[in-house]
Amino acid sequence: MTQFLQYTLQGLAAGGFYALAALGLAVIFGVLGVVNFSHGACYMLGAMISALLLEHFSLGFWPALVIVPVIMFFVGVLVERLLVQWLLRLDPLYNFLLTFGLTLLTVDIMKRQFGVSSLKYEVPAGLGGRISLGSVDLSIYQLFAAAFAVVICLLVWVGLTKTRVGMIVRAATEDAERSRALGINVARWVTPVFGFGIALAGLAGVLAAPYRAINADMGSNFIIILFAIVVIGGLGSILGAVVAGFLVGLVEAYGQGYYGQLSQVLIFVLMAAVVLVRPAGLFGREEAA
Amino acid sequence: MSAQLTETSRVETAASSAPERRVNPFVRAGLLLLALLVVLALPWYIYPPVAMDILAWGLFAISVDLLLGFTGLLSFGHAAFWGMSAYVTGIIATRAGVPFPVAILGGAAAAMILAVPTGYLAVRRTGIYFAMVTLAFAQMLYFIANQASDLTGGENGLQGIPKSFFGIELVETDAFYFYYAGLPIILLGAFIAWRTVSSPFGRVLLAIRDNPARARALGYDVERYKIMVFVISSGIAGLAGGVFSVSHGFASLQELAWQTSGKVVLITVLGGIGTLWGGPLGAAVVVLLEDQLASSGFDGIGIITGAIFVLIVLLFRKGIWGTVSDLVTRVRGRAATDAQGKHDA
Repeated sequence: MTQFLQYTLQGLAAGGFYALAALGLAVIFGVLGVVNFSHGACYMLGAMISALLLEHFSLGFWPALVIVPVIMFFVGVLVERLLVQWLLRLDPLYNFLLTFGLTLLTVDIMKRQFGVSSLKYEVPAGLGGRISLGSVDLSIYQLFAAAFAVVICLLVWVGLTKTRVGMIVRAATEDAERSRALGINVARWVTPVFGFGIALAGLAGVLAAPYRAINADMGSNFIIILFAIVVIGGLGSILGAVVAGFLVGLVEAYGQGYYGQLSQVLIFVLMAAVVLVRPAGLFGREEAA
Repeated sequence: MSAQLTETSRVETAASSAPERRVNPFVRAGLLLLALLVVLALPWYIYPPVAMDILAWGLFAISVDLLLGFTGLLSFGHAAFWGMSAYVTGIIATRAGVPFPVAILGGAAAAMILAVPTGYLAVRRTGIYFAMVTLAFAQMLYFIANQASDLTGGENGLQGIPKSFFGIELVETDAFYFYYAGLPIILLGAFIAWRTVSSPFGRVLLAIRDNPARARALGYDVERYKIMVFVISSGIAGLAGGVFSVSHGFASLQELAWQTSGKVVLITVLGGIGTLWGGPLGAAVVVLLEDQLASSGFDGIGIITGAIFVLIVLLFRKGIWGTVSDLVTRVRGRAATDAQGKHDA
C-alpha cells in the first residue's frame, strides 16, 4: 500500500508534465490542424532556459516559472509567423515534417552548444526534502509538481469554458470551418494559440527541470510519449489530452515500480489497446470514413 | 481545420500531377540502362561502403515511397522494419553461419511478420494519425530491443556480423566485391516495388490514395489493401536494413530510433514523392553529405539535415525528381507549342 501511494504520486507528477504538454499539443492541433513534432524540443528548451537563467542571471525556479513560458510564447509566435503559417493550407503532414526538421535542428544546436552532459538544477528552497504521512514517504517537490500541473490544467479549463476567447478557441477546435462560417475570425487566433501551446510545453520543461536530467536529448523520448497520449485521449480533444496525460503518467509509474524497465512498453500496449477498441481515442470523435 | 483531416490525403507527389504521363519506351529503357550503369560504376568512384549505404538507404526510401507516394500513407515508424531486419539478419548470420543473402531474406521475413499486427492496428487511422501510430509502435520496438540485451546486445548493439558468402573470400573481406554481392538484393527490392506499383494491385492503391471513399464504394476492401502494401513495403525496408547491417558488420539501437524513421522520410521527400526513382537520388545526396560532414569533423549533422528538411518542405515539396521532371515537361511543352505555332503559320 505504501509503495502504491508512492507510485501514484510519482505517476501524478510525471502525468502533470505530460498533461500540460499534451494540452498544448491538443490546442495547437485543434485550432491550426498542426501536429507539432517540436513539442518535445520545446519542453527541452523550457528546462534548458531555466538552467541558463539560473547560471547566468541567478534567476531561480520561481521567476523561471513566469519568464520561460513568456519566452517560449514568443518563440512560438515567431515560428508560426515565419514558417508554420505557409503550410497551413496544405496536408497536415507537411507541418509535421517541418516541425520534425526544426526538432533535429534545435536539438543538435543545443548539443553543440552545451554538450551531452546534463546541466545542474536544484529543487527550489522550501520544496526540497520529503514528508512522511504515516508509513508513506513522499517527495515534497513531486507533490508540488503534481498539484501545480492540476491547477494549471484547471485554469486553462476555466479559461476555455468561461471566457469569450476560450469559447472561440473551443469552437475552432471543434470545427474550424463552421466557426468561420458563423463569422468568427479564426485566423486572428491562430498565432496566439500556437504561442500558447508552445508556452505550455515550456512550462512543463521548467517544472521538470528540478528533478529530471536536463540535456538536449530530454525531449526526444518525451515527444513520442506525448504522441501516444494524444492518440489515447483523442487528438482533437482537450479533456482527452489531460486525462490521458495523467493516465500515462500513472501507467508509467506503476510499470516502473512493479515491472522495472518494461514500463515504457506498457504505454504503447495501452495505446494499441485503445486504437483497437476505440480508434478515435477515449475522448475523440469517430472520423468520417 | 479538422475538416481537412478526412481520409483524402493531399500530398504533392512528383509524378501523379500529370496522370498517365506517356514516356517514350526508348527513353524509359535508356534511363533504366543509365541507372544500371551508374549503380554498377558507383564503387569505382565512391568509397564502396558508402556506395552500399547509398543503395541501402535508397531502397529504404523506395519502401517508404510505396506507402507515401502510391497509397497516401506516411509511415513515420519505418525504422521498426529496417531495424528489425538489421537485428534478425545479424542474429541469423552470426549464429547460423549461413551465407549473408539467406540471413537477409530471413531478416526481411521477420520484418514482414512484424508488419502484420502493426499494419492491422495502424490502418485503423489515416493521415497524420497513421504517422503517429506507426511512430509509437516503432518506439515500442526500440524499448524492447534495448531491454532484450541477451539477443540484441542492448546499448552496445550486435557486433561482428559476418559477411559469409559461400566461402568466396574476396566478397567476405573486400568491401568492393561485397558491393556487387549485395547489389542483387537491392535490385530485387526495387523490382518488387516496381512490380507492385505497375500491377492492377498498384492501380487500386492509387485509387485508394486519391479517393478512399470511392475505392470502397467500388467494392475494394481498402483496409486489406493497405495492410498488404504495408507488409510488402516492410519487407523491402527489411531487405535494405539487412544489407545495411551486414555491410557495416553491426546492428545498433540507432537502426530502430525515430531519427532513422525521420531520415528515410527526408530522403523520400527530397528525392520526390511518388516516383520510386527519387529515393535513391535523395539517398545519394543525404549519404554523401553526411559522409562529407563526418569526415570534416562537423558534429552537428542534425543542424544540416534539419535545415534541409525545413527548406524542402517549404520550397521544394516535389523533391529533386519532381522538380527536374517538371522542368523537362515545361521545356518540352514550350517546344511543342513553338512547333505547333510554326505549323499553324
